[in-house]
Amino acid sequence: MSAVADTHTQEHHHGPARGISRWLLTTNHKDIGTMYLVFSFAMFLLGGSMAMVIRAELFQPGLQIVEPEFFNQMTTMHGLIMVFGAVMPAFVGLANWMLPLMIGAPDMALPRMNNWSFWLLPCAFLILVSTLFMQGGAPNFGWTFYAPLSTTYGPPSTTFFIFAIHIMGVSSIMGAINVIATILNLRAPGMTLMKMPLFVWTWLITAFLLIAVMPVLAGVVTMMLMDINFGTSFFDASGGGDPVLFQHVFWFFGHPEVYIMILPAFGAISHIVSAFSRKSLFGYSSMVYAVGAIALLSFIVWAHHMFTVGVPLAGQLFFMYATLLIAVPTGVKVFNWVTTMFRGSLSFEAPMLFAVAFIVLFTIGGFSGLMLAIAPADFQYHDTYFVVAHFHYVLVPGAIFGIFAAAYFWLPKWTGHMYDETLAKTHFWMSFVGMNLAFFPMHFLGLAGMPRRIPDYALQFADFNMVSSIGAFMFGATQLLFLFIVVKCVRGGEKAPAKPWDGAEGLEWTLPSPAPYHTFETPPEIK
Amino acid sequence: MRVRGKRLTPVVALLGLLSPAMAMADWTLNMSPGVTGTSNQIFSLHMTILWICVAIGVVVFGVMFWSILAHRKSQGHKPANFHENTVVEILWTIVPFAILVAMAIPATATLVEMYDTTDADLDIRVTGYQWKWQYEYVDQEFGYFSNLATPADQIRNRQNKGENYLLEVDNPLVIPVGQKVRFLLTSNDVIHSWWVPAFGVKKDAIPGFINEAWVKVEEPGTYRGQCTELCGKNHGFMPVVVEAVPQDEYDTWVADQKAAAEKERELTQKDWTMEELMARGEQTYQTTCASCHQPDGSGSPPAFPALKGSAIATGDVQGHLDIVVNGKSGTAMQAFGSQLSEVDLAAVVTFERNAWGNNTGDMVTPKQVLDFKNQQ
Ligand code: HEC
Ligand code: HEM
Ligand SMILES: [Cu+2]
Ligand SMILES: [Cu+2]
Repeated sequence: MSAVADTHTQEHHHGPARGISRWLLTTNHKDIGTMYLVFSFAMFLLGGSMAMVIRAELFQPGLQIVEPEFFNQMTTMHGLIMVFGAVMPAFVGLANWMLPLMIGAPDMALPRMNNWSFWLLPCAFLILVSTLFMQGGAPNFGWTFYAPLSTTYGPPSTTFFIFAIHIMGVSSIMGAINVIATILNLRAPGMTLMKMPLFVWTWLITAFLLIAVMPVLAGVVTMMLMDINFGTSFFDASGGGDPVLFQHVFWFFGHPEVYIMILPAFGAISHIVSAFSRKSLFGYSSMVYAVGAIALLSFIVWAHHMFTVGVPLAGQLFFMYATLLIAVPTGVKVFNWVTTMFRGSLSFEAPMLFAVAFIVLFTIGGFSGLMLAIAPADFQYHDTYFVVAHFHYVLVPGAIFGIFAAAYFWLPKWTGHMYDETLAKTHFWMSFVGMNLAFFPMHFLGLAGMPRRIPDYALQFADFNMVSSIGAFMFGATQLLFLFIVVKCVRGGEKAPAKPWDGAEGLEWTLPSPAPYHTFETPPEIK
Repeated sequence: MRVRGKRLTPVVALLGLLSPAMAMADWTLNMSPGVTGTSNQIFSLHMTILWICVAIGVVVFGVMFWSILAHRKSQGHKPANFHENTVVEILWTIVPFAILVAMAIPATATLVEMYDTTDADLDIRVTGYQWKWQYEYVDQEFGYFSNLATPADQIRNRQNKGENYLLEVDNPLVIPVGQKVRFLLTSNDVIHSWWVPAFGVKKDAIPGFINEAWVKVEEPGTYRGQCTELCGKNHGFMPVVVEAVPQDEYDTWVADQKAAAEKERELTQKDWTMEELMARGEQTYQTTCASCHQPDGSGSPPAFPALKGSAIATGDVQGHLDIVVNGKSGTAMQAFGSQLSEVDLAAVVTFERNAWGNNTGDMVTPKQVLDFKNQQ
């Protein structure tokens, strides 16, 4: 186990710098983690307000609030901002804060690169959001930006969108390299791979996924860039190109991407369920193998997003079988969580509430995923609101509830104060009800035949759309409460002990709360 | 799922008071079985997998909620101390696997059947355009476009919405019942997707590709669907309407279509007056061009230029004909030469040159258009 980067030694016993330079120049994993989390929450609110615009337009049939052009920009920006701005940076923020604390390391392995990979993000999103104010408007071709709608027929701002994606990709890859370097090199003596906390394991695997697929995303947007600006015809049929190639390359990135958005949450949930069941995690090693299996399988299922594209029968069957197979390791994880709770000694503080909701609702999302995997049935589900329901069930109670659970779980460690439990429970119940009200009816809409990405709809879809919008407004408004709870917790509150949760395990709880600016300068010994 | 729907009823009643539009709506919860063999098979796959999920859900959530109720710290429950059990773990890997295999078998059979497009009685080419469908009866040598028929006033809430709001077209696709109809799908611009839920047919229309799908409808009727691949601003406004009719009715319809096409060709030879051309041109403009250039010719720059006062629409006639007949490659402006008849082309160009204050006074006749096309 090698030591920390020596650049750091000079400032060792100093506290944080003052003023803006603390944040601009910091190489401290806790500061950078905080910045990632704050940034991600800001993006969550921005992407969320776009969702409110979408739901407001869909409140009733007819065009009321926005024009179809702008509606398409809203769905596209909502998807892009939520995926690349809210969920991914939140997990990197959690990784920054928690990985060193969980493996007994003094910091991330590459602290300067860490600073750089964070500060690239605001630049990328400044560019992306600025496209809203450009002539011709923001990207309007969906977060999947299928060619040729995004190339030959795209708005002039597409080039800026491509540039923003490139910068985000660079940031993600640097973050992933940092995670891998940290986990492989800086573990405390005695912490073998199979003793690593699950959050560390899931992040390690996620980081490899990121390194594998972000370059593919960069490749596909570069091909778009060439088609738009330099006269190539990768995706232009009239020039001999192939629009379907775009989809293959995009989904080769896109499917692993959806696991990138959920695996770290799996890790965090595993800790939380075990802590509030006061019982160690059931089947630790099968959990690790299951995550590994999911990650490997995620590379060979991409064309399940393309069942209606006209893939040959043999291909269609292969992708259907492979996709069904992924349900097996995913099932193993759910069974393990439930068995961890079984005969435990359960209590339901906010992190546990979010974790239990995660398990139930993510499983519902998994069920609809299983249905979508049945290729013939997917001919009916594909590109309808059934799909919108499916992926929001895995993303909102999956990724987002996972992040909330983790935030409440570790907030005492970060701030040194307990958060307001009553408010947190209110936040949970309002989110839970709002979320189900918003997204459950979308299953019905999809099955009744409502396509996705439309600003207006036939009259038989009116009722459930109204219910869904009401739920969405409720969910959206509730998130401001979370902001309030966190600010309140940062500014004061009941002092948190080193280990506020009696069932929690792990090195992070051996440190005082709040965790000092520099931690584990001498590595702890594991058993 | 049904249970959930019932529990919602009081909420529903409350909402019903809120909105008059809701009177029209219904609370369909599930997929409908449809009217073809394929759609019925899909429906039964859908119900099977749904019930499998419900069963697994009942077991898993059952255990979970039992723990939540019975194993609470607040009730003094002490945690057990187990964290492994190889037998159980192997069992819950193998059992789901077996269930999935059982599910994959009927799914495979259905898929194989859906892919069997051989032995069709009738071929229809379906081409997606921004934002309309073109249907060509390959063997009978005629074809036409199918545009949204819902008036803008309904969409803009200036008029009450009709029963088939957004699901109605000017010219529906007509097919005979009891025949295997094969669709050859492609696109002229971006990717579209042709979907009729009652048939269980959804297939992407992709530029440069020809996809195949087939349908055999037994019950006469009108079936409605929509485009399901995001294809630009009017993606939500390009419905699919199919009329399945008995064979004899179909035969009469085909004969009528052929006669109408012949008449259209004769119209080219007729002498047109300015008024006639303007009237016809306005109609053509509103159905074909207004989606991009706006009903009042103002466009929505920079994507779609205004025609009102446009240099091309008020300049040289040849230049105007050129962009309308040949389109402009690499933009959304399509080549209308192959989509509209000479009469309609002449009419719409005449209309554009004299509407909204473009008072050029020019009249372009169908013969001029024909000559223009022949020069090329
Ligand atoms: C799918 C959208 C779309 C439809 C439908 C459409 N156009 Fe266009 N049109 C365009 C675009 C985009 C341009 C600009 C092309 C360019 O970049 O030069 C254009 C340009 C034009 C121009 C040249 C205007 C100028 O000043 O540059 C004329 C004339 C025109 N269209 C006529 C028509 C007519 C006539 C129809 C109906 C038969 C029609 N358009 C239908 C998209 C459309
Ligand atoms: C605040 C709660 C949210 C609401 C009310 C909401 C609502 C919606 C709606 C209605 C659509 C469909 C738009 C359409 O097809 O016309 C949509 C699309 C989408 N949402 Fe959300 N959403 C929310 C949160 C999230 C989150 C947290 C994520 C991701 C982590 C997310 C990711 C997406 C993606 C990827 C799309 C697809 C965009 C596209 O079609 O290109 N959403 N959302
Ligand atoms: Cu996928
Ligand atoms: Cu479309």
